Amino acid sequence: MNRIDQKFQELRRRREPAFIPFITAGDPDLETTRGLILELERCGADIIELGIPFSDPIADGPVIQSSYYRALSRGLRVSQVFECVKGLRRETEIPIVAMVSYSLVFKGTPENFIARAQEAGFDGATIPDLPIEESEVVLRSATEKDFRIVCFVAPTTTPERMSRIVQCTQGFLYYISVVGITGVRDALPPDMRENIQMLKGMTDKPIALGFGVSTPEQARAVGQVADGVIVGSAIIRELEKHMDKPVAERIRVVGKFASKLVAGAKGRL
Amino acid sequence: MKITTKPSVKAILPDERGRFGKFGGRYVPETLMPALDQLEQEYLKAKNDKSFQEELNYYLKEYVGRPSPLYLAERLTRELGGAKIYLKREDLNHTGAHKINNTIGQILLARRMGKKRIIAETGAGQHGVATATAAAMFGLQCEVYMGEEDMHRQSLNVFRMKLLGTKVIPVKTGSRTLKDATNEALRDWMASVKYTHYILGSVVGPHPYPMMVRDFQCVIGREAKEQILEKEGRLPDYLLACVGGGSNSIGLFHPFLDDTEVKLIGVEAGGVGIGVGEHAATLSYGKVGILHGSLSYVLQDEDGQTLPVHSMSAGLDYPGVGPEHSYLKETGRAQYVSATDQEALEAFQRCARSEGIIPALEAAHALYYAMKFAPTLSKDTLMVICLSGTGDKDAFQVADKLGVKI
Repeated sequence: MNRIDQKFQELRRRREPAFIPFITAGDPDLETTRGLILELERCGADIIELGIPFSDPIADGPVIQSSYYRALSRGLRVSQVFECVKGLRRETEIPIVAMVSYSLVFKGTPENFIARAQEAGFDGATIPDLPIEESEVVLRSATEKDFRIVCFVAPTTTPERMSRIVQCTQGFLYYISVVGITGVRDALPPDMRENIQMLKGMTDKPIALGFGVSTPEQARAVGQVADGVIVGSAIIRELEKHMDKPVAERIRVVGKFASKLVAGAKGRL
Repeated sequence: MKITTKPSVKAILPDERGRFGKFGGRYVPETLMPALDQLEQEYLKAKNDKSFQEELNYYLKEYVGRPSPLYLAERLTRELGGAKIYLKREDLNHTGAHKINNTIGQILLARRMGKKRIIAETGAGQHGVATATAAAMFGLQCEVYMGEEDMHRQSLNVFRMKLLGTKVIPVKTGSRTLKDATNEALRDWMASVKYTHYILGSVVGPHPYPMMVRDFQCVIGREAKEQILEKEGRLPDYLLACVGGGSNSIGLFHPFLDDTEVKLIGVEAGGVGIGVGEHAATLSYGKVGILHGSLSYVLQDEDGQTLPVHSMSAGLDYPGVGPEHSYLKETGRAQYVSATDQEALEAFQRCARSEGIIPALEAAHALYYAMKFAPTLSKDTLMVICLSGTGDKDAFQVADKLGVKI
């Protein structure tokens, strides 16, 4: 069984939302990435979203973009990211989802990319610049490989598109909360709650919310309505602040930061 | 030198999914999909709306100053001793380049859609100035993203945009050139799409941009066709234009796609060499990939990461190219060659001296190739070159290259 599916089943039984931290592979080096994934798991992360750096990300904000830049400026190759995950699979069974630009997936061929990712130990991928209209090949290829392609719904998505996207998505649905969350403390804007309710009416697939969650309080608010809480930029920023520290120290402080978010997401503040 | 082009293209492009053969499409975040759908629908409605076309034509005539002349470059023709050379004078448009054909069209569309804010990316600054100009005329708020490197190379255009009431936002990421400015503009649009229209400046990006920008630029080719028929009583044998993203060239080429006796030659930026990071000749040296929302030729490494590019000309300094060009290359309908920085510089000066026209460095690439090619052709051969813009903006940079202090 796919590790993502298994994890959500388990969490559903426990009536707990998933905590899904995002980190960038190779930021600033793969040793940190490897250690961070294991540390995040220890701190209570349920699924890891691992960004594969791309030179021209259009879906990502400045924080993630700089982390991509740090990784690429040291010459990081896609094959090294796969090697890193392959190595991790000797130590952990935590589900790992790649976040990767279609520019990288398309190079070679999408079929080949998915085969390599799965062989390395990835359980799925989100491809932020691939709308469902262009997704046929990757969705089919993922189905054949027991790999999951996680699709996105945005606040701008029309109800008609929503129903098509929830049908396509595999593993879970990624709800992007682009507007409204920054600066919000404990409560979520009503349209986000409404949209998640609407999506829940359309599908039984788990719904995870990301983009803009940065504090334990926000994580708690999201955890009350969604099946998963994704935190990206805030974790990268924490890592950024401690770049000058030794690897072990960097990993420890980011883990500590993540622990608070886990407590928030799981309603144990 | 032998130029062969296979005639095999129908002019009804792209298909309803925004595809030119396998090229084009829409590879953007979900957040932008509804906006692109809306843009496509509104554009198609406007295209078939007589009053929109009348309004567009009014501004093109009264404000831009169209039609632009198709000028017989007599002295250059005589000196080169071969093909008869005509220059399509897009440099004589208001703001000094072809870019305004597109920005006027898109700003009228933005008004129809009720969007109050305009954003754009710019490389050489010509598109930025053309956008700022149109926004000023219609009283819309405008912000232009420009790479820091380009701001330095094209400080005159930065100042022009500011005079026009536009905010120029320096882009400090990546190579700090056109591709990075495009990334930033797309990111801005993701967050502001409800009230903002993004005026993309070339025939690149996700559908419907390659189609829409082309349609607005096709005025170049339509006029050229009418003008050459009037002057010569027949179609030209060759069309030449420079290709960065490829908007002036597609604008010239597209109305001739079905006229298979007309050969099409796009000239890319050969920079300083053929090594990685030495040129921006995407169709000549690139591979099929995805950049900025469409499938096309791209300069990428084996992983799919964008490679560094170089051209002295900021307007050609781009690692991608419009999907319709990729299709024309693949079908053999058009042929793509390149000219180096040095060669463009040579043509820049020669055009100034022989014709009293200072061309944009971008257009100088096409001119160089024409100067090399024309002498090998018979005197009854007709060649039309798109002089996409004026070289006034390049004066400082060229002076610097020539070791002159001004």
